[in-house]
Amino acid sequence: MHPFSYTRVSDTGEALDAGHRGGRYIAGGTTLVDLMRETVERPEVLVDISGLPLDEVTVTERGGLRIGALVTMAEAAAHPKVRTLYPIISQALELSASAQLRNMATIGGNVMQRTRCTYFRDVTADCNKRASGSGCAAREGFNRTHAILGASDHCVATHPSDVAVAFAALDARVRLTGPDGERQVPFADFLLRPGNTPQREQSLRKGELITAVEIPAHPRPLTSGYLKVRDRQSYEFALTSAAIALHIRGGVIREAKVAAGGVGTVPWKLPAVERHLVGERPSAPLWAAAAERAAVGARPLKHNRFKVELLKRTVERQLRIVGGTK
Amino acid sequence: MLVGSGDAVAAGPAPSSPVSLTVNGRPRTVTVDNRTSLLDLLREHFGLTGSKKGCNAGACGACTVLVDGRRVNSCLTLAVRLEGAEVTTIEGLADGDQLHPLQQAFIDEDAFQCGYCTPGQIVSGVGCIREGHTGSPEEIREWMSGNICRCGCYVKIVRAVQQTAGRK
Repeated sequence: MHPFSYTRVSDTGEALDAGHRGGRYIAGGTTLVDLMRETVERPEVLVDISGLPLDEVTVTERGGLRIGALVTMAEAAAHPKVRTLYPIISQALELSASAQLRNMATIGGNVMQRTRCTYFRDVTADCNKRASGSGCAAREGFNRTHAILGASDHCVATHPSDVAVAFAALDARVRLTGPDGERQVPFADFLLRPGNTPQREQSLRKGELITAVEIPAHPRPLTSGYLKVRDRQSYEFALTSAAIALHIRGGVIREAKVAAGGVGTVPWKLPAVERHLVGERPSAPLWAAAAERAAVGARPLKHNRFKVELLKRTVERQLRIVGGTK
Repeated sequence: MLVGSGDAVAAGPAPSSPVSLTVNGRPRTVTVDNRTSLLDLLREHFGLTGSKKGCNAGACGACTVLVDGRRVNSCLTLAVRLEGAEVTTIEGLADGDQLHPLQQAFIDEDAFQCGYCTPGQIVSGVGCIREGHTGSPEEIREWMSGNICRCGCYVKIVRAVQQTAGRK
């Protein structure tokens, strides 16, 4: 681990000052400390933001939900409002990491976590995300867990978060504060596809800080759920996953929110699946036909071709579970 | 006391900071190299070698301790961040000569072979019981999945946690 200086801040202004001077924010630290030990991350200054008042879950005026950036994964998952209004978020969180890590890691940090690509984590390997212009060892390497959607010639790494998939499905917004004031960014625009600049992963400006993730109100009743498929039953990242929320009234699907994880360079929205569902009545053939559209545009690599079919089956199965038709 | 990080030190003294925390009820004030993990602080400087270093990456759970009552991976916790924190390690669970009920249950159930993961399993089990995730063997398995046992003593570990939770 490279040496770093450490500063603890007690209010947002102080944090932004330190951040603007190039300090690196640390919250739960579960990704950052791990990667610092591997020398993948080499911050010179750590700014400890864990004392900031960003640790509340609140219901917004319009009936949405605001989860403070410093709410831990465990607290968010267990929160009565989260469990009542958006159980899919609790589900995605509790299927992530381990109980220990969920006690440490925060919602803001979860969104900011970096890829699990083994070549990114290995400083002796070529990786454009870690060392711009060095190449991508994963593209022709062992890429079984890598992305089939949203990749570029420069990077094929997936975003590892589960809850971010639920956030993407639910059209969440990321609330930010920075030197130029506060702003909100739709979740879909916050995390960036690699393109020609895989080292740039979020649409954050210098010194900006996530203050909360906000989920807008959705029409009720809303049935939802998160399905995660992985190599072992627990404590493992997704090979594929599906976050699905359906608003069904009068026997007709009025709204469908569908996103997939483990397959994209960012949490992957599935608008083609959503469009196929809206206005239709739940049925087994509908689920199958909609899921057939889940892998539109997929470009598998040598070792992850299986993900194309697995993704379709994951979406179909979760549609059946959430939609309630056998 | 100045505490090193266990890392190769670059040219010049590495930045360090003072921190005051409580470990197993005993107040401690130390100056730590900022890079020092809680695990290294416990093992290398406080002589509390019960918490084990398995993966040193948050993947195995052998280093599990309680910080302010919550189970965490001490290998991913920077000691410098623990100002005012209360840390409980495996050494702090027993009440004098009286073992913690979960420690006794691990012996009664023969819930270990080599023993390397056991301190982490027991501290994690204490957290799991406190959190109330002991309703069934399946639930215990899921909520204890952050603790790996290479000897494969899972069946008996689950039994020890379940019996201790049931006695509460």
